[in-house]
Amino acid sequence: MSTVAKTPREIHAVHGGYDVYRIRKDFPVLQQQVHGKPLVYLDNAATTQKPLAVIEALEHYYRRDNSNIHRGVHTLSERATQAYEEARAAAQKFVNAADSREIIFLRGTTEAINLVAQTYGRKHVGAGDEVLITAMEHHSDIVPWQILCDEKGAQLRVAPINEHGELLLDEFEKLLSGRTKIVAVGHLSNALGTINPIKQIVRMAHARNIPVLVDGAQAAPRMKVDVQDLDCDFYAVSGHKMYAPTGIGFLYGKAKLLEAMPPWQGGGDMIASVTFDKTVYNRLPYKFEAGTPNIADTIGLGAAIEYLNQLGLEQIEEHEADLLAYATREIEKIPGVAIIGTAREKAGVLSFVMEDIHPHDIGTILDSEGIAVRTGHHCAQPVMQRYNIPATVRASFGLYNTREEVDALVRGIHKVREVLG
Amino acid sequence: MADVRELRDLYQEVILEHSKKPRNYGVLESANHKAEGYNPLCGDHYTIFVTVKDGAISEIAFQGAGCAISKASASMMTQALKGKSTADAEALFTRFHDLVTGHGVAPDSLGKLAVFAGVSEYPLRVKCATLAWHAMRAALRGEQQAVSTE
Repeated sequence: MSTVAKTPREIHAVHGGYDVYRIRKDFPVLQQQVHGKPLVYLDNAATTQKPLAVIEALEHYYRRDNSNIHRGVHTLSERATQAYEEARAAAQKFVNAADSREIIFLRGTTEAINLVAQTYGRKHVGAGDEVLITAMEHHSDIVPWQILCDEKGAQLRVAPINEHGELLLDEFEKLLSGRTKIVAVGHLSNALGTINPIKQIVRMAHARNIPVLVDGAQAAPRMKVDVQDLDCDFYAVSGHKMYAPTGIGFLYGKAKLLEAMPPWQGGGDMIASVTFDKTVYNRLPYKFEAGTPNIADTIGLGAAIEYLNQLGLEQIEEHEADLLAYATREIEKIPGVAIIGTAREKAGVLSFVMEDIHPHDIGTILDSEGIAVRTGHHCAQPVMQRYNIPATVRASFGLYNTREEVDALVRGIHKVREVLG
Repeated sequence: MADVRELRDLYQEVILEHSKKPRNYGVLESANHKAEGYNPLCGDHYTIFVTVKDGAISEIAFQGAGCAISKASASMMTQALKGKSTADAEALFTRFHDLVTGHGVAPDSLGKLAVFAGVSEYPLRVKCATLAWHAMRAALRGEQQAVSTE
């Protein structure tokens, strides 16, 4: 066996114990070619690939433990229940919630926001009241509030952003009033990469006794989240964006708020007792988990959290920050390319447009080079309208991406020019 | 070889040329038929203007923005349809649709439009190639709502 000398880049990536080349081996999907080229997967803000630890946890569950939870006294049900509740404890620690009862398993961020809008929102938002969001929200943090406002005769207010894609905090604060009943804001913008100053936002809202929901879909896989430190009232997470299966995520909510909220869906597991005259609802968190939950994928989420803990969120954050800085530097050098979203505080996401070339043509040509990026409006049409563009190309990074893949992207963009002239 | 599609089959010179210098581009003031084609997911957005006289298309133009495929398709469509009867336009719509979806139409029978045959290898781009065509048909049929191919 010959030993291969490491290139300077490899040494860089291995520095600090974060060995991205070893980590890549944990992801079977990455070991393939697309159109005859090694796959370069840069669509992590849409969904992330799954490590073997997650794939094997699902297989293990279905091969050995599959059973319904919180019911039977038999061994399989006991195992399944234990694994499911261990995932809850893992999720609690992952966001540093004070109590595991504050973690509600749901399909993902979208369902979490809808739950809050339909329970807390319906109870507290009335005619003439306001819901405050920002101009960089994903559709999933716009539409549930529009539905609520339409139903109640309330108003959706939108805090503006500047040309860099940063929230104008002064304007945001001016929009907080006695009529504002809830604030909903993304932690990290999926279209622009902007990290919002959640602690300041929460402080401003709490000074007026307004609760804050944070859409954490993009932040949870990219930075250490501490809901107690943020002091937010709700925090919504999607598993599939943090290396867990699709169809599972969770809502963190402060116990005091969750307890006072009416249930959302009725069914099994969410009740303590049922007669035709009266139903007594179950305690937290089960009050909000009606029906047989997505047991397997919840256990998969637990495995993903354990995997992330092993790598260390701080190290992942540092690695992705290096990739984003490197990619920004390299892509800025290409003539005719403009980066959309240039906030000082950014992570994970690099959106850009090219003079005279539509993002879809760019996406097709990059795909022919094995490079997967997202093209389109990224479920954030108001953001596109803000910049007066129909769409962008978005490269988004994950814990397994490398500087060599950024180089491949840059070569791909040059090829776009070559093909389309 | 598992993967035979070639980028050049999609981005043919003629297509690139039309996307950069679209023909019959602009508002047609005299139009008596008009319809909008809009694909919100990609952002492709066109308006097609048609003047129909005695059952035939005497003038046709388009305006809007989108990817190279959708723009070239709109441009070449206007060239192909000028002077055609509305019935012929409907028939050509069907043949063009069959061409880009790979439904066994001889490309040669479509004249210059044959350059779009490569689209059938890119299923995600069919919606781009057909957007202007759907808008044209909606215009002829007097449909008021914007059409979409997404």
